[in-house]
Amino acid sequence: MVVDQLTEAELDRLFQALADATRRDIVRRVTVGEYSVSGLAALYAMSFAAVQKHVAVLERASLVAKEKRGREQIVRGNHEGLQKARRLLDEYEAIWRQRAERIADILAE
Amino acid sequence: MIGKGSAMTVISSTKNLEALSLTIVAEFDADVQRVWQIWEDPRQLERWWGPPTWPATFEQFEFQPGGKAAYYMTGPDGTKARGWWRITSVQAPSRLEFDDGFADDNGAPVEDMGSAHATVMLEDIGSRTRMTVLSTFESEEQMNKMVEMGMEEGMKEAAGQIDALLAEHSRAV
Repeated sequence: MVVDQLTEAELDRLFQALADATRRDIVRRVTVGEYSVSGLAALYAMSFAAVQKHVAVLERASLVAKEKRGREQIVRGNHEGLQKARRLLDEYEAIWRQRAERIADILAE
Repeated sequence: MIGKGSAMTVISSTKNLEALSLTIVAEFDADVQRVWQIWEDPRQLERWWGPPTWPATFEQFEFQPGGKAAYYMTGPDGTKARGWWRITSVQAPSRLEFDDGFADDNGAPVEDMGSAHATVMLEDIGSRTRMTVLSTFESEEQMNKMVEMGMEEGMKEAAGQIDALLAEHSRAV
């Protein structure tokens, strides 16, 4: 099995990005649908500039993608970045399922 | 030998992508005391911690708060993958917590790989036991490594077990 390795800098960016509640909320929202930066800014009790900064952090961590559309900046989820973490959790789950089966075997002796 | 445990051993799993955590809930046909033994007794623990082709050997096992455990898993070609536990809480027979990480060839923790934290809870549900294991990772890189150590060989082993069973079956017919 080849597991893609992220560079250390990429990892740092990813975990820093997800360490903030507002940024996690932004990720949750834009994974489901598109939002403009001003649309996001209207959701939080903080300035447009502050929200823009959060979006920039998420973009550097490859969790969201930003695209200019007319005057608006549209933010979408970067599914690839999140899927990488999900795939790892899936694989780890399989390890525990196998362990549970082995435990059941021992208990059945 | 294919598992005798029923397919319903694991009843649920919950992944939290953002927190890099996984919760596994399994139920066993044994009482809590018996299930506790598979954690408490290193000889029993060795029989299930690693996949059959990467069996675990615990060289050190201090089953008490603050205690340390050191183990290695031996691959089919003799390669040894070493790991350590730092036990943070032992409340027999219902709760165990420990940090789990990688070690170098000398058994020293590889600190920059980080560690995972595991919380194990055993609960009496009539004549059966519910075991909940919550694993929380520090980094994606560390999860990668964990998966590499446990998964690939586990899958190969399962395939090998099926082959062996089919071979047995064809001989019997």
